[in-house]
Amino acid sequence: MSVELVLFYLFAVLAVLSAIFVITAKNVVHSAVALAVTLLSVAGIFLILHAEFLAGVQVIVYVGGILVLFVFVIMLISIEKAVHERQYNRQWVIALITALLLIGELGLVLWRGKDSLVLAEPRPVESVLGLTGNSQLVGETLYGNYLLPFEIASILLLVAIVGSVALAKKKTSTE
Amino acid sequence: MVSIQHYLMLGAALFTIGVVGVLTRRNILVILMSIELMMNAVNINLIAFSSRLGQVAGQVFAIFVITVAAAEAAVGLGIVIAMFKNKETMNINEIDIMKW
Repeated sequence: MSVELVLFYLFAVLAVLSAIFVITAKNVVHSAVALAVTLLSVAGIFLILHAEFLAGVQVIVYVGGILVLFVFVIMLISIEKAVHERQYNRQWVIALITALLLIGELGLVLWRGKDSLVLAEPRPVESVLGLTGNSQLVGETLYGNYLLPFEIASILLLVAIVGSVALAKKKTSTE
Repeated sequence: MVSIQHYLMLGAALFTIGVVGVLTRRNILVILMSIELMMNAVNINLIAFSSRLGQVAGQVFAIFVITVAAAEAAVGLGIVIAMFKNKETMNINEIDIMKW
């Protein structure tokens, strides 16, 4: 068993176990901490896949940004009441059926497509285009072929900033 | 050598856990976290194919997914705060004023 495989199993098991803990924990703070473990494990998976830039973005944006936002909101609203009430709604039959259908469907796709998923040994992408480093490659592609989607994404972020400020601001008497 | 099926199976598992979380939990913060889990599962698939096919476009798409996830978290948590100010609850079963 190669080092790569051992590391993959380590991160995969860690990610799945903490993801299960995210949706089963009673306390929201515990969920947030488990989510941090999942996100960091996924960053490790990205490193195994030689997507170093994405691993960094994952840690900075997800763990450092989104998760801190979650913890901040948890701090702002009181959670004492929520810990003591019922955690699950009564849809578990539908949820079970949906989950089984989804697992079955994805499993069928993977099983039926196992011959077409035999891909060539991965070439290091850098050598193909004559560029060095994952970040440079991602940057060249992002600001080259995908410049318009990049600009649209920045407008989406602007709209999100304005929207969340408008949602969370105090009602003034002039309105 | 980790085959691509390993990554796809991991992505499928994380996505299904996220779906179960969205469908069964009553706390809106946990539901938002489950949506983040699903976005991560998609990112794993994108980057696995990007790495195996030797094309960097998948990683750029993953960056866009992360952008959308950040925007979604910001707006979603803004809604949570506005909701908590009005109804003092995080339980989605009690947020039913638009139900008829």
